[in-house]
Amino acid sequence: MDDKAIIATKELTKRFGGLTAVDAVDLDIQEGKITAIVGGNGAGKSTFIKMISGVYQPTSGQVFYDGKPLPVGDPLAVRNLGIETIYQDLSLIELLDVPDNIFLGREKYRKMMGFRILDKEFMLQESRRIMDELKIRIPSLSLSTGSLSGGQRQAVSIGRAIYWNAKVIIMDEPTAALGIQEKSKVKELILDLKSQGVTIIVISHEMSDVFEICDNIVVFFQGQCVGNKEKEKTTIDEIAKLIITGQGLN
Amino acid sequence: MSEKSSIKNFLIKRWSLVFLLILLAFFSIFGTGFSSIANIQDIFLAATTTMLLGIGQTFVIITGGIDLSVGFTMGLSSVIMATLVRDLTANGVLPVFSILLGIGLSMVVGIATGLVNGYLVAFLKVPAFIATLGMYGVAYGLALIRSGGFPVGNLPAIVGSLGNRYLFYILPGEFFSLLHMPEGVEPTQLRNVMRILPLVVIVVLIIAGLFIIILSKTQFGKHTYAIGGDEDVARRAGVKVKSHLMKIYVISSLFAAMGGISYTFRFGSGNAQAGAAQMLMAIATVVIGGASLYGGTGDIQGTIVGALIIGTLQIGMVFLGVQPFYQFIVIGLIIIFGVLLDQLSQRKYLEIT
Ligand SMILES: Nc1ncnc2c1ncn2[C@@H]1O[C@H](COP(=O)(O)OP(=O)(O)OP(=O)(O)O)[C@@H](O)[C@H]1O
Ligand SMILES: [Mg+2]
Repeated sequence: MDDKAIIATKELTKRFGGLTAVDAVDLDIQEGKITAIVGGNGAGKSTFIKMISGVYQPTSGQVFYDGKPLPVGDPLAVRNLGIETIYQDLSLIELLDVPDNIFLGREKYRKMMGFRILDKEFMLQESRRIMDELKIRIPSLSLSTGSLSGGQRQAVSIGRAIYWNAKVIIMDEPTAALGIQEKSKVKELILDLKSQGVTIIVISHEMSDVFEICDNIVVFFQGQCVGNKEKEKTTIDEIAKLIITGQGLN
Repeated sequence: MSEKSSIKNFLIKRWSLVFLLILLAFFSIFGTGFSSIANIQDIFLAATTTMLLGIGQTFVIITGGIDLSVGFTMGLSSVIMATLVRDLTANGVLPVFSILLGIGLSMVVGIATGLVNGYLVAFLKVPAFIATLGMYGVAYGLALIRSGGFPVGNLPAIVGSLGNRYLFYILPGEFFSLLHMPEGVEPTQLRNVMRILPLVVIVVLIIAGLFIIILSKTQFGKHTYAIGGDEDVARRAGVKVKSHLMKIYVISSLFAAMGGISYTFRFGSGNAQAGAAQMLMAIATVVIGGASLYGGTGDIQGTIVGALIIGTLQIGMVFLGVQPFYQFIVIGLIIIFGVLLDQLSQRKYLEIT
């Protein structure tokens, strides 16, 4: 394969006290592809992507982005390089409204008498545009996100990630709270992003979805990366066995 | 949202405004001579110190923290300013310069206190309650040492005179004077002169306006709410949480220093005890103003109302001939009431989600 690795991890490790959540993972993520990360509960998937996005400082090992070391433990620096993340817990500030959440850390402002005053109107309109694009109905964008339904919150979290024209989008179970119709919209969205050249990393437990839209499938088992397969060259059975036993089919 | 529930929401958020109006009405009815321009100004004057410290405290409480050190930081600042002005003037420095240097050094002390508080809370993860309680003791001790435990007097007369000046002095039909009492006013006329807009109050209200804009309309303000809402999520989004918290505690201490400076101007002296009652008052104004001690909510407008309630109680009780000591009991009870109300609305919020 001559595909370029946009993200590469070398011996990436995270320990929490005595527990090794991610154990020396070497992984190449191919540019412009959709890569699924699968594995049982507690396999270390979320911890792995949080080391890429800057939430966790790795215990050891490195992450490379486009061949250069990625800043560690600095979420803003990672975002500014064009990597957006949808976290499993959605990471919304529940007391703040939709535009506040979408623009948090990157607020749009205008100058007024030397002051940088937040441009609330702009942020509201842009939020409306991006949420309309997702076709998920939210009664009012100026409600605190804490008062939205689980699916609506998930939509806001997705909207925030796609708004910034990222080169890489990491999604940790992005459709867990969505209804059937909304789920298929998000799948469409992911394929659409791919067609625009965006690299997608998606963590999911839904094997049928994984096989429907992904190009590569990476399997985590007890903190280790036990498989990295092209979809065309594997089967649901093989992946299932990897997830459950950490061993491939022989 | 139905009209009824939006009124209800307004009352839960702004009950303090309603309470202030009721207080004003009550004292106007039962305290003869309470409702006069002079008296309204006295309420504002009584509220200025609390308002200053409360505005700083608002930022801290919105981030989910608390600053217990403000009262004695205020005392320390007043002592630092007063001693420097006294000593420089005694050595022949012009009062203008010694006053400016005194204000400057007092602000520096405020910044230093805030940096220590902020570093302990943001970087060393010491609970705000403990970190600022430590600084409460340190600031008080330093102020006592610097002042020898006595009020710091012997300042040039201009200090107290500036601190008690009004923008306009008016005697209808006789004169209209800006910033000073005209020369040669008959002693019999003196008590009829209307003094309008105390300078201290004007300065404090301008500062308050500035910080209302900062909190409600800038990125800095938004990040303050975000940190109080969820520190970890704010960090993931790219908010520089640690340096932001440092700035928040510096702001709080700077407001405490401004409280000390305004005290020195108004009383023409410095005092380690100047702000002894202000920790209770400052936290009270913020809680009365509708901020939640859980963080993430509150605003300066509410805090101003809270400070005016305290000022009204202080002045009103004098008019009713009640000992001013009762104000502490009333204020203590209002804090508890405010927190109970907040818990109630938190519980409601949880029910909604
Ligand atoms: N902040 C933390 N402190 C301590 N242990 C943690 C922390 N975060 C995760 N862990 C542990 O690390 C292991 C891996 O957790 P992780 O969240 O990465 O799993 P996951 O593969 O995402 O699981 P799931 O499919 O349930 O989301 C688990 O055993 C978990 O208990
Ligand atoms: Mg997970």
